[in-house]
Amino acid sequence: MINLVWLIPLFPLLGFLINGLGRNMLSKTVVGFVGCLSVMASFAVSVGIFLELNSSETKSFIIPIFDWISAGTVKIPFSFLIDPLSALMLLIVTGIGFLIHVYSTGYMNHDAGFGKFFSYLNLFIFFMLLLVLGSNYVVMFIGWEGVGLCSYLLIGFWFSNTAYASAAKKAFIMNRIGDLGFLIAVFLIFTTFNSVEFANVFPQAANMVSGDSTLILITALLFVGAIGKSAQIPLFTWLPDAMAGPTPVSALIHAATMVTAGIYMIARSNILFTLAPETLAVVSIIGLATLLMAAAIAVSQTDIKKVLAYSTVSQLGYMFLGLGVGAYTGAFFHVITHAFFKALLFLGAGSVIHAMSNEQDMRNMGGLRKKLPLTFLTMMVGTIAIAGIPPFSGFFSKDEILAHVYEHNKVFWMIAVIGAMFTSFYMFRMMYLTFNGSFRGTTDQEHHLHESPASMTIPLIVLAVLSALGGLIGIPAVLGGGHWLENFLAPVFEVSKSKTNALTLDHTTEYVLMALSVTAALLSMLYAYVRYVKQGHIPANDRTDRGLLARLSYNKFYIDQVYHSFITRPLDTLSGFFYKTVDKAGIDGIVNGFGKGAVEASKSFRLLQTGMVGFYIFMMVAGILALLFYSMYKI
Amino acid sequence: MENITQAIQGVPLNHYILLCTIIFSIGVIGVLIRRNAIVIFMSVELMLNAVNLLLTAFSVQHNDPSGQVFVFFIMALAAAEVAVGLAIIVMIFRNTNSTDVNILNKLKW
Repeated sequence: MINLVWLIPLFPLLGFLINGLGRNMLSKTVVGFVGCLSVMASFAVSVGIFLELNSSETKSFIIPIFDWISAGTVKIPFSFLIDPLSALMLLIVTGIGFLIHVYSTGYMNHDAGFGKFFSYLNLFIFFMLLLVLGSNYVVMFIGWEGVGLCSYLLIGFWFSNTAYASAAKKAFIMNRIGDLGFLIAVFLIFTTFNSVEFANVFPQAANMVSGDSTLILITALLFVGAIGKSAQIPLFTWLPDAMAGPTPVSALIHAATMVTAGIYMIARSNILFTLAPETLAVVSIIGLATLLMAAAIAVSQTDIKKVLAYSTVSQLGYMFLGLGVGAYTGAFFHVITHAFFKALLFLGAGSVIHAMSNEQDMRNMGGLRKKLPLTFLTMMVGTIAIAGIPPFSGFFSKDEILAHVYEHNKVFWMIAVIGAMFTSFYMFRMMYLTFNGSFRGTTDQEHHLHESPASMTIPLIVLAVLSALGGLIGIPAVLGGGHWLENFLAPVFEVSKSKTNALTLDHTTEYVLMALSVTAALLSMLYAYVRYVKQGHIPANDRTDRGLLARLSYNKFYIDQVYHSFITRPLDTLSGFFYKTVDKAGIDGIVNGFGKGAVEASKSFRLLQTGMVGFYIFMMVAGILALLFYSMYKI
Repeated sequence: MENITQAIQGVPLNHYILLCTIIFSIGVIGVLIRRNAIVIFMSVELMLNAVNLLLTAFSVQHNDPSGQVFVFFIMALAAAEVAVGLAIIVMIFRNTNSTDVNILNKLKW
């Protein structure tokens, strides 16, 4: 089965080609069928590979596909790597990808670009699979760039809206900044280890001393790539804007899969990071800052997708915090559970938006519980999961990260718990505003309200089950579980683990920590309940005066404005200077000056041609005399 | 005949050079200051013949006949040139009723 791994990316690629070429000829049924089936087939192969890997003794297979780059000593094969990390990621990408494809057949049914949408979606899955499967940094980089491209195409899917098109450009450009870091890191890896193959790089790196300056540089650059792709401070502002894309895209690309590529990449390169503690410190601080900042913004957003977008940024911050403190398993656990519940929440939000005729502002919603019972129930599961309330999945993954953070640094833990309180608050706020109270939209919207079709609700139900039970794969020893995930991933993080201290918290401390974070989550849930259900508070409109903190949060800490004034505008001015002064006046001036000079000189010189024969003869004689004198004096 | 040759050889070379320079200068000045095409033509002939004379003189001086052969070529060339040149001048006269070269100033700038 493992030898058939090449089939996994092949199916979506075929789906992309069929749907892409036949988008105007095939009917919507065929397009949807091809799109879903291709991902379904990949999922089936992934499951087979996963089962085989789970039962096999060796935990790492490299399957060469073909020799790709072979020039002198540079040998970069196009080959795939199957190990526990990539096998799990394959399941997430293809499994959730499949559910979201099914959902899209319902959600995008009225859209004119149905075929185009499915071809892009399939292309995205293809690149994501390359990213996950690549057995060296170069193949990974292809996937890395490819998902960025698909993200751009899908954010700007409704490109006739200028704001959406700019959001796509913003995402692409911010990603490019990160990609540059990644690319330089790959070059550095090649010059340092003389190979980009994971199987060659990591054993060599494992022999290096901890804190080696080259390793620090490489990991820092890799982390820059991760910052861009996974939307961390300072490059996170593209992700909320990326909500301009269709909701299934937000669920698949900007919540479940692509944005976790940064975490995947760091988890993959864990040995490099373990040996660069300085970089890890930066990773944890950035993750911490991001999780708190994004959560603080999310508490006052009124656009249902914006809340979820900032929530995604915040949860990604948790994952980076986990990576930063060496909790690789915990971070990856959170990737998995987050993929479940965030995809669920986004799809649920999509269902709400679908029912509300493309209304996204929660101030115009309310009381939807009766009309959308399934959406409400499933989203509630997702909300409880993300809030970290046991026994739903988010609790287990978040608490694993929190336990490691506590051991690492108590202050970090405090901040992370405050972040968790925010998380619980903004999620329940979103739920209450959307589903409780009375309907605040127009009567037209009220008449139109309906539960979504089965193609949309079935993925919701599946994801709700996964969100509820997903935590079971990683029940820690303290709660009487065997932590299957940790054992399964152990071969990947083996070397790193041997170089770091294992978690030494005693069970009492762990119980206290869990109790504290759960209490915190419940308290803020209660606060949200009192504020939005009991008091029926509705967020004020844009023009209302707010207090300082509320204003900061509502306006996203003015980050976009700060970037605009301190980066975009100076760059704009600089470009203007180069354009007007250097290029137009300088370079063009010189070139055009020569032309003008020739014209002007010819204008005066041509007057010599007077038409007077006598003058010509005079000039001729003068010329001959001049030549004569010249030859006489020269010799 | 012997006497004539001896007489010619008796004239120092400097005198030839001086005479040729004078004739040539007259030709040049004629070309420069006259406006009548025929006179200009004649001045050109003067220059040519000044050169011819000089060639002959040097030929005798160096006992090298090739200079005199060269003179024949120049004379033949001058004859051909005169034929063409005079034809042009005749045409100019027919068209403009004048041989003043300054009238022909249409072709400019």
